[in-house]
Parts: sequence; C-alpha cells; structure tokens
Amino acid sequence: MTAKEAITSTPVAQPEWGLLKILRETFEWFGELGLFVWRFIRAALTPPYEGRELLRQMDEIGAKSLPLVALAGGAIGVVLSMQTRDSLVRFGAKSFLPIVIVMSIIKESGPIITALVMSGRIGAGIGAELGSMKVTEQIDAIEASAVNPHKFLVVTRILACMLMLPLLTLAADFCGIMTGWVANALSDRTPLQLFINNGFEDVGFDDLFPSLLKALVFGFIIGLMGCFQGMRASGGTEGVGRASTSAVVLSSLFVILADVVLVRLIIMFFP
Amino acid sequence: MKMENNSSEPAIRMQDLHKAFGQQVVLNGVNLDVPRGQTLLVLGRSGTGKSVLLKLLIGLQKPDQGEIEINGAPVTSLPLKELNETRKKIGFLFQNAALYDSLTVEENVAFPLRRHSDLQDSEIRERVRELLAQVGMESALQKMPANISGGMKKRVGLARALALDPEIMLLDEPNAGLDPITAGEIDELIRDMQQERGITSVVVTHDMRSVHTIADRVAMLNRGAIVAEGTPEELKQSDDPFVVNFLQEKQEK
Ligand SMILES: Nc1ncnc2c1ncn2[C@@H]1O[C@H](COP(=O)(O)OP(=O)(O)O)[C@@H](O)[C@H]1O
Ligand SMILES: [Mg+2]
Repeated sequence: MTAKEAITSTPVAQPEWGLLKILRETFEWFGELGLFVWRFIRAALTPPYEGRELLRQMDEIGAKSLPLVALAGGAIGVVLSMQTRDSLVRFGAKSFLPIVIVMSIIKESGPIITALVMSGRIGAGIGAELGSMKVTEQIDAIEASAVNPHKFLVVTRILACMLMLPLLTLAADFCGIMTGWVANALSDRTPLQLFINNGFEDVGFDDLFPSLLKALVFGFIIGLMGCFQGMRASGGTEGVGRASTSAVVLSSLFVILADVVLVRLIIMFFP
Repeated sequence: MKMENNSSEPAIRMQDLHKAFGQQVVLNGVNLDVPRGQTLLVLGRSGTGKSVLLKLLIGLQKPDQGEIEINGAPVTSLPLKELNETRKKIGFLFQNAALYDSLTVEENVAFPLRRHSDLQDSEIRERVRELLAQVGMESALQKMPANISGGMKKRVGLARALALDPEIMLLDEPNAGLDPITAGEIDELIRDMQQERGITSVVVTHDMRSVHTIADRVAMLNRGAIVAEGTPEELKQSDDPFVVNFLQEKQEK
C-alpha cells in the first residue's frame, strides 16, 4: 500500500481529536451567532413591528428588574464610599470623596453591575423561556400561525434589553450615589447638597453619554445571548437547563470582554 | 363556496419527498395527492415520519428533495411572505398540542385571531367561546395549559387550529390519549367540518376507528414510503403483508 492509498483509504468517520473538535464547534457557534445577528437586524428593520409585544417585554425586563438593580447599585455605593474614604483619608485627599464616588459609579460600577445582575436575571429568564418554547414546539406553532418568531420573540426581547439597560443603569447610578452619600455622612456630616455639588462639578455629558451607550451594548449582549441560546435549545428539559445556564455564563463573559473594548474606545473618542 | 380553484386539481400534492436527519433517512420518496374536500388518513408505526411529513406540508421543515403544492402553490420554494399567506389557510394541530404555556386557554385560541383578523376584542372573545364549545372545553377558558390534561390540550389545540376557518387541516394524532367517547366526538367534529365547509384534511392517527368514521382515503407509511393507498374498503381487501399485519394488530387492541 502506498502512502497515497493509505491517506485516501482512511475511513470518513474517524474519531476527532478533542481540541480540534472544540475548535470546530467554537467556529460553528460564532458562525451561527453571526447569522443570528444578521437575521435580528433584518427583522428589526422591516415592518410589521411588534409594538405591543415590545412594550410587554420592556415591562417584563425593565420595570420588574428595578428593585434588584436598585439594591445592587445601592450596595455598590456603600462599599465604594467606605473603601475610597479609607484610602483618601490616608492621602489627605478626603475632599475628593464625592467626585471619586460619582465618577466611578457613573463611568464603571453602575453600568457593569447592572449588566451583570441583568445577565443573571434576564439571560437565564430568556434562555429558559425560549428554550422551553423551542423544545415543546411552541416556536413551530408560532411559525405555523404565519407569525415570524424572530420578530415576535427575538427582536422584541433584544430591543427591550437595549432600551431598558441604560434606564436601569441610571437607576443603579442614582441609588449608588445616594447610598454613597449616606455611608459617608455616617462619619462625616456632609450635606447632600454639598456632596452632589462637589461630586458633579466636573461631570459632564461626555461622561454620562458613553456610559449609557455602553449600557445599550450590554443590553444587546444580554438579550442576544438569551435569545440565541434559547432558540437553539434541543433535547427536552435537559436542553432547556443547558440553554439557560449557558445564556448566563456567556452573557456575563461577553459583557466583561465588551467592557474592556468599550472602555478603550471611549477613552479614544471621549478623551 | 370554498371551491374557488379548479376542483379537479388536488388541494395538496406531494411529489417524491425525501427527508433525512444526518444519516437517518426518514422519508424516501413519498408521493400522495389529497383531493379537495376529502379527508386523508395517514397510518404508520410511530417513528416512521408521519409528524415530519405534516411539518413539511406547512413549511416548518424543508424536504431534501421533492415538491409540495398546496392549492397549486409550491410550498417548498415560496418566499416567506407568500408562504405565510398559504399558512393562514391551514389549521395545524401538533402531536403534543404545543399550546403557548404563558397564555391562558382563551388567549391561546385567540392568538391567530388577534394576529390575522380585524375582529374587535369582544368579537374575538365571542368566537373563542364558540370554538371552545365545539371541542367541549368552554369551561376551561381561564386555565393555563400546564393545569389541563393532555387530552384537553389536544382539544384546545384543535380549537386554535380551527380559529381562522381554514380550508385545509393538518392534524397530528387528534385523538391519541383521549377517552373513546371524546375521541369519537373529535372524529365527528372533523367529519362535520368536512361536510359543512368542504375542508380538506390530512389526519395522522393510530386510531383504527377513525378509518371508518372520517376517512375518505387511507395511506400507509412504512420505511419512508407510501406502501398502500386507497379507500378504506380497498385497503381492507389488500393482500399486502404489511397492510394486513398492521390492520390486524390494530384491530386486536
Ligand atoms: N428535528 C429532528 N431532528 C432529528 N431527527 C428528527 C427530527 N424530527 C424527527 N426526527 C426523527 O425522524 C423520525 C420520525 O419522526 P416522527 O415524524 O416524529 O415520527 P412519527 O411517525 O411517530 O410522527 C424519528 O426517528 C425522529 O427521531
Ligand atoms: Mg408523530
């Protein structure tokens, strides 16, 4: 047998080497994701629009997450205030406390904490909901009723996430700054008025706007991962669990990775 | 009234349908015509691809090869918009009913009406009540799908399939899991639909009684192909070993 024959006569279904398989599956996953995003953009831009369902999702995703986000924002405010105070006092720069808290909440802590909390709540929720609709043929049923499931389920959820994340981020910012002041006021009786004046002295639109843009991107990532993992669920109840878990893991991961890239871009464009 | 097209042309025409999932060949050259206004019963063991066949007909899955025409429209190659126009004329009952589990029974049946009719809210409610009464489920209006039995889900699914007054019905085991009395009622309903409104139906079933009550024609699916097709009488006189075997087995149960 010549070398050439040996190669060509290799059976087709040879066992795949572990790492190679992972690589191939990763490429496939990104390919499918790209296609999914393309379908989302097309479905979002062409009529008919699902206005009523969008509003319902905004309520579901936005209004009902408000308490959780407010709590998380508030906790971060307290922690930041306590930690920074300690450091600033050591350097004799205590008067910078308000601006440090306001800046770090608006620029970073507010958006990222909101996005991570929402990855957990909404990523899991959407992943499980769409996943179970997929495996019980409800998505087929929607399609059979001549309704586009992409428009009806995916576009509405992703858009709702994109619209609500900036608003929720503002809520988290507000709560964080308030509790930041309270925590500070316990040891140092700065009036709220003064705290706010000092804190926002140097904060302008260029600080707030990029952060809200960032929150919008985070919203896109969270909605996308929930919908994508949900819509490709298969294999009964177990598949629903997998879809939900992977949606949370992937959206948290991509939120953090996107944050790195976005901060870099923001520093470039809003110096 | 519904016979707008040339009535000699079949309402549904399947030509040489092939479908495989990976290595597994499910359909291997299915040819079938369903004449307008008639009810075709598709019989076959479980796992032979009866559900897949119905999903091909409404375009939820694409055949690997072959053509499907519904009212002369080529379902396999229609653009989505036109496919959806055809889908609006078809009532589809899924094997497991596939009710939307975030909606009440009432809203499930109302879904197609809200999407595709100009009816007012109150008219929709009226129509939903009527539809649910037809399948004997009017008392479950406000229940959630998770809280009703499998047989009840089937009946709600049937009401939902009937909501838009379809020309064609595709029913996947409409009376599996129902008690004999309800199963008989469902059969009666399907027959009434066909007689009063000239609905064309494809019904997948295991229930041999349906052969006598609703079928105009019967087709038997085995190993990916139609092994026998004809009127119930023709089928009973068949000497094809598979057909004889299948009919006997079922009769004994
Ligand atoms: N989406 C799918 N992916 C892979 N295999 C499938 C899919 N749908 C159906 N099958 C397979 O096709 C075969 C026929 O299924 P089905 O049409 O549900 O049978 P039945 O005649 O009982 O309705 C089964 O073996 C099933 O596993
Ligand atoms: Mg089936």
